[in-house]
Amino acid sequence: MAGYILRRFALMLLVVFLAITINFLLPRAMPGDPVELQLEQLSAGGGQTGDIQATAAAMRTRMGLDQPLWRQYLIYLGHVARLDLGVSVAHYPERVADEIRAGLPWTIGLLGLATLISFGLGTLLGGLLAWPGSGRLTRMIGVPVIMLSAVPYFILGIVLLAVFGIAWPIFPVAGAYPFSYFPQADWRTVELIAWHGMLPALSIVLASLGTWAIAMRGMVVGVLGEDYITLARAKGLGPRRVFFAYGLRNALLPQVTQLALTLSHVVSGAILVEVIFAYPGIGYRLYQAIQAKDVFVIQGIVLLLSVSIALATFLLDLVYPLIDPRIRIAQE
Amino acid sequence: MSAVLRQIGREKLLLAGLLLLGCLALVGLLGPLVTDTSLAEIGTTRARLPPDAAHLLGTDTQGRDVLAALVAALPQTLKIGLLAGLLGLGVGGLLGLLAGYLRGLSDVVIRTTADVVMTIPAIAVLVLVATNVRTMTVGLMAVIVAGLAWMYPTRAIRAQTLSLRELTYIDMARLNGIGGLRLVMTELLPNLAPYFAASFVTAVSTAMLATVGLEALGLGPQNQLTLGMMLYWAQYYGAVLRGMWWWWLPPVAAIALIFIGLLAVSAGMDRLLNARTRQDG
Repeated sequence: MAGYILRRFALMLLVVFLAITINFLLPRAMPGDPVELQLEQLSAGGGQTGDIQATAAAMRTRMGLDQPLWRQYLIYLGHVARLDLGVSVAHYPERVADEIRAGLPWTIGLLGLATLISFGLGTLLGGLLAWPGSGRLTRMIGVPVIMLSAVPYFILGIVLLAVFGIAWPIFPVAGAYPFSYFPQADWRTVELIAWHGMLPALSIVLASLGTWAIAMRGMVVGVLGEDYITLARAKGLGPRRVFFAYGLRNALLPQVTQLALTLSHVVSGAILVEVIFAYPGIGYRLYQAIQAKDVFVIQGIVLLLSVSIALATFLLDLVYPLIDPRIRIAQE
Repeated sequence: MSAVLRQIGREKLLLAGLLLLGCLALVGLLGPLVTDTSLAEIGTTRARLPPDAAHLLGTDTQGRDVLAALVAALPQTLKIGLLAGLLGLGVGGLLGLLAGYLRGLSDVVIRTTADVVMTIPAIAVLVLVATNVRTMTVGLMAVIVAGLAWMYPTRAIRAQTLSLRELTYIDMARLNGIGGLRLVMTELLPNLAPYFAASFVTAVSTAMLATVGLEALGLGPQNQLTLGMMLYWAQYYGAVLRGMWWWWLPPVAAIALIFIGLLAVSAGMDRLLNARTRQDG
């Protein structure tokens, strides 16, 4: 068990280290002077305001470009360790860490809720699809849901926006609350936020439902062939009882394993959904930073994404053996 | 051979997917012959016209004919997908073959690398690379997304190689004095072919998904038209909010059809491969 945790932990450290190193090396590996290159792009994009020479000098000292490479790397590691991700070039002097901190709750809220809902619904649907006793209606729902799972999340987002935001304007089309509203700690704010989050969340839920359903269906089909199911039937238990208490329950645990495998896929998909709905999370900020060629913000967000997914995967890896003894035994 | 064809013929899902993708490829190939793709250039038509007889799918804010743009963009997007899929399959297949055949240290290194790269969110690395590239082109785009499309082929081919090399006929071949490269080429590769085909579809899907995502973020080839870039411009100029459905709907539909076709092909292929293993065993 200790060996298992240690291995997983080492893998996580490796991923984090790699992510940081890629972040450090890429801008320096490109041909040409990185500062000059970035400023060129910045002014071409119209994002440059203020004293360009001062900006250049500040960027040079920050990246430590006059030092040898290993020294630069140490400086960079020091910055990252202190969560100092630099300042936004486009919104000088806002700090990148603050920008990320402002966006993070929105992304975590939207992504967390949507993933929980679609995981629950999709798992149930997948189970029902595998159960011989489920009706025609379930099977009819299954096909379009699985087809939707092939389509990128944001493509679905565009369609939902056009239908329920424009053609039939039930839901708001942008933002996390009305732009002129100042969010407070009251019910009205909660209502507004829920209302605004509806379409983005729905895009993520609808587009990922099928992925969970397909995985769960496969799992349940496998479980239904096991001996203990035959035994349960032979004991005279009703088909419903056999399905829920014996079939679904045993297939559910490996389904949680799927969560970790698809996590980075879900996050990548959700980033673009935020762009479509101008939702003020990390993804929309990344899009804005790309538009403004705001290098440090882009790097900061990319680093955050890689590190947080590595962390989440590690945590899920720790949880499996606790909930599924089969994994614990297989590890030993 | 005919038995294999008959088996494929029975898999309706696979056929439907192949048919759908084939139709899209046909539109991409023949479309430019019947539509005037020069109208896909900026400012060649009057802007913001809804569909009519002259412009079947209307025009966009920049003065492009949407139908012409769609016809010009489709082959480019398919090209990126195919190129990146081939690159991903080539690199991934080779690594998988090496890991499965050599085992030992090379296996550990290759497997760990694939696992690590899989954990890093594709979009993050791609964003970094793409922001550091000066001018993006369709070819470069394919190379970049291929960099993250090799892991699934590696895993699939490795697993199959591992189980194949335990089979008796490989032992027979080895006893007959066939070794090394020749063994891989004559005994392993032909039997891996269906798994290569399945991995190719996965690699193309992964690459396409990454491409469309990058393009929607504004990191695609700014001077070339692809389906993702059409969407990017539509989003950039607020096509949805202005109710210009004729502008955003065609690329959305085309992208959705491509992915549904790919899913059908890959699901059909899975069923075919499972049927084969059931028969063998």
